[in-house]
Amino acid sequence: MDERIGQTEAGRAPVMEPGYTFGTVTDKISSIVLTRPTSNGWFLGFGVAFLLTMMMLYAIAYLFVKGVGIWGVTIPIGWGFAIINFVWWIGIGHAGTLISAILLLLRQSWRNSINRFAEAMTLFAVSAAGIFPLIHVGRPWLAYWLFPYPNSMGVWPQFRSPLIWDVFAVSTYATISLLFWFVGLVPDLATLRDRSTNRAAKIVYGILALGWRGSARHWDRYETAYLLLAGLATPLVLSVHTVVSFDFAVGIVPGWHTTIFPPYFVAGAIYSGFAMVLMLAIPIRKLYGLEDFITELHLQNAAKVMLATGLIVAYGYVIEAFMGWYSGNRYDAFTLWNRLHGPYRWEYYALLLCNIVIPQVLWIRKLRSRPIALFSVSLVVLVGMWLERFIIVVVSLHRDFLTSSWGMYYPTRWDWMTYIGTIGMFLAAMFLFVRLLPMISIFEMRTLLPEAEVKE
Amino acid sequence: MQIFHRSTNTISRATIYGAVFLIAALLWAVLELQRSPYITYAKVARPQPVPFSHQHHVAGLGIDCRYCHTSVETSSFAGIPPTKTCMNCHSQIWTGAPLLEPVRESFRSGKSLVWTRVNDLPDFVYFNHSIHINKGVGCNTCHGPVDRMPLMYNENSLQMEWCLDCHRDPAKNLRPREQVFNMRYEPPSSLKPLTLDGKEYTDQMSLGTDLVKKYKLRTVTDITSCSTCHR
Amino acid sequence: MKTEDENGKRRREEVCPGKKSTLDLDAARARIADTKGPEFWRSLEELAGSPEWQEMMHREFPKGASEWLDSVSRRGFLKLMGASLAMAGMTACTKQPLEPIVPYVRQPEELVPGRPMFYATAFTLGGYASPLLVESHMYRPTKIEGNDKHPASLGGTDIFAQASILEMYDPDRSQTINNLGEVRTWGNFLEAIRGPLSAQQAVQGAGIRILTPTVSSPTLADQMRELLKIYPQAKWHVYEPVNRDNVLEGAKLAFGQPVETHYKLENADVIVSLDADFLSAGFPGNVRYIREFAKRRDPDSVKMSRLYVVESATSSTGAKADHRLPMRAGEIEQVAELLSKFLEQGHPSDVFSSQREKFAAAVANDLRAHRGSSVVIVGDHQPPIVHALAHSINQALGNVGKTVFYTDPVDANPINQTASIKDLVADMRAGKVDMLVIIDGNPAYDAPADLNFADALKSTNVPVRIHLGLYQDETAELCQWHINKAHYLEAWGDARAYDGTVSIVQPLIAPLYNGKSAHELVAILAGQADPSSHEVVQSYWKKQHPGADFEMFWRKSLNDGWVESTAFAPKQVSIRPLPSISAPTSPGAQNAIEINFRRDPSIHDGRFSNNGWLQELPKPMSKMTWDNPVLVGPAMAERLGLKSEDMIEIELYGKKLTAPVWVQAGHPDNSITVFLGYGRRRAGRVGTGAGFDFYPLRQSATAWVATGVNIAKTGETYKLATTQGYQTMDTPVGQRPLVRTASLDEYHKEPEFAKEEEPPKDLTLYKPYPYEKEPYAWGMAIDLNACVGCNNCIVACQSENNIAVVGKEQVVLGRHMHWLRVDAYYQGDRDNPKAYFQPVPCMQCENAPCEVVCPVGATVHSSEGLNDMVYNRCVGTRYCSNNCPYKVRRFNFLLFQDWETPQLKMMRNPDVTVRSRGVMEKCTYCVQRISEHRIDSEREDRKIQDGELQTACQQSCPANAIVFGNINDPNSGVSKLKSNPRNYSLLADLNTRPRTTYLAEIRNPSEELGS
Repeated sequence: MDERIGQTEAGRAPVMEPGYTFGTVTDKISSIVLTRPTSNGWFLGFGVAFLLTMMMLYAIAYLFVKGVGIWGVTIPIGWGFAIINFVWWIGIGHAGTLISAILLLLRQSWRNSINRFAEAMTLFAVSAAGIFPLIHVGRPWLAYWLFPYPNSMGVWPQFRSPLIWDVFAVSTYATISLLFWFVGLVPDLATLRDRSTNRAAKIVYGILALGWRGSARHWDRYETAYLLLAGLATPLVLSVHTVVSFDFAVGIVPGWHTTIFPPYFVAGAIYSGFAMVLMLAIPIRKLYGLEDFITELHLQNAAKVMLATGLIVAYGYVIEAFMGWYSGNRYDAFTLWNRLHGPYRWEYYALLLCNIVIPQVLWIRKLRSRPIALFSVSLVVLVGMWLERFIIVVVSLHRDFLTSSWGMYYPTRWDWMTYIGTIGMFLAAMFLFVRLLPMISIFEMRTLLPEAEVKE
Repeated sequence: MQIFHRSTNTISRATIYGAVFLIAALLWAVLELQRSPYITYAKVARPQPVPFSHQHHVAGLGIDCRYCHTSVETSSFAGIPPTKTCMNCHSQIWTGAPLLEPVRESFRSGKSLVWTRVNDLPDFVYFNHSIHINKGVGCNTCHGPVDRMPLMYNENSLQMEWCLDCHRDPAKNLRPREQVFNMRYEPPSSLKPLTLDGKEYTDQMSLGTDLVKKYKLRTVTDITSCSTCHR
Repeated sequence: MKTEDENGKRRREEVCPGKKSTLDLDAARARIADTKGPEFWRSLEELAGSPEWQEMMHREFPKGASEWLDSVSRRGFLKLMGASLAMAGMTACTKQPLEPIVPYVRQPEELVPGRPMFYATAFTLGGYASPLLVESHMYRPTKIEGNDKHPASLGGTDIFAQASILEMYDPDRSQTINNLGEVRTWGNFLEAIRGPLSAQQAVQGAGIRILTPTVSSPTLADQMRELLKIYPQAKWHVYEPVNRDNVLEGAKLAFGQPVETHYKLENADVIVSLDADFLSAGFPGNVRYIREFAKRRDPDSVKMSRLYVVESATSSTGAKADHRLPMRAGEIEQVAELLSKFLEQGHPSDVFSSQREKFAAAVANDLRAHRGSSVVIVGDHQPPIVHALAHSINQALGNVGKTVFYTDPVDANPINQTASIKDLVADMRAGKVDMLVIIDGNPAYDAPADLNFADALKSTNVPVRIHLGLYQDETAELCQWHINKAHYLEAWGDARAYDGTVSIVQPLIAPLYNGKSAHELVAILAGQADPSSHEVVQSYWKKQHPGADFEMFWRKSLNDGWVESTAFAPKQVSIRPLPSISAPTSPGAQNAIEINFRRDPSIHDGRFSNNGWLQELPKPMSKMTWDNPVLVGPAMAERLGLKSEDMIEIELYGKKLTAPVWVQAGHPDNSITVFLGYGRRRAGRVGTGAGFDFYPLRQSATAWVATGVNIAKTGETYKLATTQGYQTMDTPVGQRPLVRTASLDEYHKEPEFAKEEEPPKDLTLYKPYPYEKEPYAWGMAIDLNACVGCNNCIVACQSENNIAVVGKEQVVLGRHMHWLRVDAYYQGDRDNPKAYFQPVPCMQCENAPCEVVCPVGATVHSSEGLNDMVYNRCVGTRYCSNNCPYKVRRFNFLLFQDWETPQLKMMRNPDVTVRSRGVMEKCTYCVQRISEHRIDSEREDRKIQDGELQTACQQSCPANAIVFGNINDPNSGVSKLKSNPRNYSLLADLNTRPRTTYLAEIRNPSEELGS
């Protein structure tokens, strides 16, 4: 443990403000769930998010009745918002796994205060993402054909297709994240079970706690399981978005067919993921007075990660542009020209602004420690990353090889309703989470306390 | 105080393991269902306006398939006999039989009999009888022992995997062309060998492999190309 | 944009008409299969008796269309339920319902269920017949093809003939006899006219007027003459908005008598077109001309001909020209004069006062160099004097008898149609007309505006008004009797092709709605006892061919599709001195803006405006669908600050109307062109309200060209639906080698110019399949030099493959469904660019990018190299389309197919799956035809002969530009073409290895004008 409570060597912010004991930590976190009355703000926020979710369901129902024609997709732009949002959400999901798994293996103790809701965030983001591949197909009721199963047609899916790889990548990812998150929750669920006063809560938390008694054996098994899952999850952080990037890289469309995609997609994913983490962490620590647990250090680190990944993404853009010119391929060259001068140039400029220019302010330490600033930068980055996917999907497709079949893409209100709807769903889930589960890992916070120091 | 009884531990363990098998069982059930006669109608006789017995007409009277299914050798569609065909005989025999009233009625009024399709492929499957006959696929290879069916039913599931089973290895079902319409044909065996072009065959595979050559069957890749059946 | 919304609405209804009527296909099929050919429609009328049918037929929109539009309809809801159920993973949803199977009672001898039959017949447009072979399944006509034995077709057809099958099944066709809006029977009508007719007998029919379109049918002509014998005072008027009055007058001017002029382009080394669009559907004999023209454009085997075009608009003929001179229609006369002048004296010096003089001089020299092997063709809308000049030039050059032939007119009643309808209207106003019989015309909509026909057709002027037509159109509305006409596929008749050959029009099906043919109506007027069209036609030919062998003769004529030795013999005519050249038009007129009225390339004069296939057929040059914007040249547009889709107000002779603009590269300056036939009020679900009606501006005196138009920008805009994104191959970062061209000289210097280095065959991750070992490897070669962009292949494909019509709204979004498209590219000077056509079907790539990305394997390669598309396996990820560099894949974004209308169900090709919502579809080289021929040939234990198997596009191509066949056979037509040095594959550098390749285009410019 490099950072000790209280001492802030080299002006580094502490991982947790001083003056806490096992008891107080547990109180502070579990009280949010158990004792504190639900605020009107929560009801308002949840209400809005819930309505947005309903809007999404309506949009999807109408989609199933009429067909994907209600969206802006067309020939040549066969993929629109659905795929853009899918990639965007999956990307956001990455932060959770990264924080909980990789930082765990790297013994980054500061992760302890944010991994819990980061993982929850991941889970919700992935489920939001999961909706799109399903509903964007022309005949959703047959989407199960993408899964390999012994059917009466005697045929198998086509394993050369990146979409099949997606099916495996994303479903594995969802499963692992869920397990990881839940296993991590077990000890805390037990705490809630023991601390909750009303019987119903006791029963629910009790069932979820799987009879956790905190015995040495339990802890031992828990640690092994948790490490194993971390080990499983770590490669996923890299693999999932790599596979997603293959959806494009494997295609021959100019602007898709490039080898830089996997690394640059993964970086982008973590970039947007951390932006989302910050956007959640900042209000939460404020509203629930958790500044002591989610300290400036966390903001600082998260900001640094964003800065780093942001630069990798920038490098990706540069290489793309360079290749467009250097390859001498008339189609790639045109794609570059089209991004800079074509009908969607403003989107492209906005993308550069959001993902490259503005985030550079994070070099300034003062800004890194100023929540409002960080919040807005994160917002900008999230917008930017969405635009990046828009550029990749739409702007590459709308002008490909034959000038005769160039076209334009106009999203319809149904596109927007579905997109905003998923954001609503994501938020609704988050609201429920902070209300019903400990949003910060209680026992892992306790390991940060001096009492937890193992004396050799 | 203790909310959960001690037994909960065992129960929970049981459920966790149990769930695995339960899900497996469900999947298995679905897979079975999609192949069950409930879906495929295999071996299920359909309601018909007239209880026509292939058994009686084929086995009993020894009428050749082609007497009624006239276009089977020349067209994709084997042909369903017009009322006229029935009346060829039934204007002479069983003229009064109440069972046959619908047939006579149809002949009088010029209104067709409306049968229920028995061997019914989906509309996106383009099956051609003539070529199968021509390549030495026997009627009963697909339609089953029609001469033993008092009421008509489809012997096989007619599902794609069933079609492919043969298309992926035609040899195991081919027979000499002249045997195609023979309802009681038996594949050669050491007990009942079959001689063709002076060569004696004692097992289906050797016969089949030779017929594949003799009748110039297209390769398995050819006949398992999607456009062979789907357009 | 109100109108547009309305259009949009109507379209959508047209695309997915609402709730399923309880009359389902099985029931219909049951009834159909039930009885023999002629009888079976009787039984369909029984079927028509069913209330659902009645409702379906008589409602303007199918029931529930409205509820389908927005909100969840019942049907939609059920679908949703189905969907969600299925998504629960219930494979059980694929359970098939029990289906009935319905045999005949007495099966016709010739019928083999499951095998189509072909019958010869003919389609007529403006009196000229296109001979056809029609494919029929169980006595339902499903596909129209050209009669390959007939000189006027040689297998080719034009878009109108191809699409007429849809017209026959059009649910909006008139289905009843109406009297003042009340449904009546034929019997009622017969009674009703008995009185008036007998009244006329007293006055020798002085009050009878009969208005027909151009008639070339010997039988009908004979009937009319008989009728006029009975009623000597009666008058036979003829009118069609797209008529050939100028041609007629030109001939009279030159020869003092009406003659038919036709050409032998295969003998022509130099072709000069003065505003003649002789390569497009609607020009008499175009199918034959295209064939001969294309033959002479082959740079490899023959001396390549040279085409000069002077034109007042843009046309596919202009696009094929080696030298094109855009010019206002009014000034083309001067070019003709210059031409004849220079032909006589030659051009004095090599200094030219104007571009046109230079052009004329060069053409004149070229013509002089090719006496007897050149031809000058003039467009129908050019004034008589130009036609006369052309006649004298052709005479002077000694082309007559070599490239130009004169015969008796095909038109059985060659009179000036404009004059004719003028007289008629005069008589009507004067109250001289007691009974007006309008046969198959729509004058209330398309008669010259100054005559105001509709107003003259008031009951006060004309007591008895009878209209015989396919639709209850604008004219039917004003006649108290409307009789629903039998479609040409439903009734007997006959007609002459451009060379005079008579074809017997034999019906493929008994009238769907008991329609009556012109023959039957005229017979009634002539007091005969209600004979059938069959009796009328046959009895006429009995007269022509008396003798015992009539049966033989009749059978042969029906079988061949034409009557032996009925072609007109060439006719010797002598040219008369032409009237002195008229003075050049005054400078005032020079500057005045000129307006050209032209027949529409896809819906002609408006008669086809309810035909979805034609409405959605991209016009050859602009790729415009569903609309007829005002065509304006780039220079003029710039001057007036006009952009495409701007609304303008056009004023002519005080009449004003507004319409959108389309800036058309290559259109002459100071002149606008409008297409007729749109803005119909009573066309039907498809045509009503589409586009803009320009007939109100069209005066009898200036039917084709008028000057003095005023144009004002209104500031509004109007969305137009074109199918081609961009019409240039140039991008800011260089040109893309899509269409590859060279001049004849360049080609001779460097035959391989079109070739580009292709990636090595093994440059792929996957093991290449040994296609060369297969008995067949299908491939296609498209000769861009031969293709004249007539669009025929598109309609043929649409008809063969059950391709849906999607409506304007969807075309705007880019969702049109054509499997085969014809791209048109412009190059160079925007005011007079070079234009190229490129038909683009699926390339059937050997390394198909679409296949590797499909997750469910719905598109995979067949062993014969086809890129199979399995509709029933497709889940609709659209990944394949994204990855298709040629963008030839089409997706059913909504339920585009009409699954309800019973007539349309009967029209469909039973050998091709009808695709539903959410499924990708594309060209598969007509795999249904391949299978059919393969099976037949295997049964006969032989290989498929080259040429025996044709794709629909290839079969219909009048230019033989599309050649399909087995590339494993080195002697097949397609292999030969592919070994041609001009052969290249599109986007070869992507290593897709397309099976469809192109032959580069060669132009043959003259040294004098340069390229």
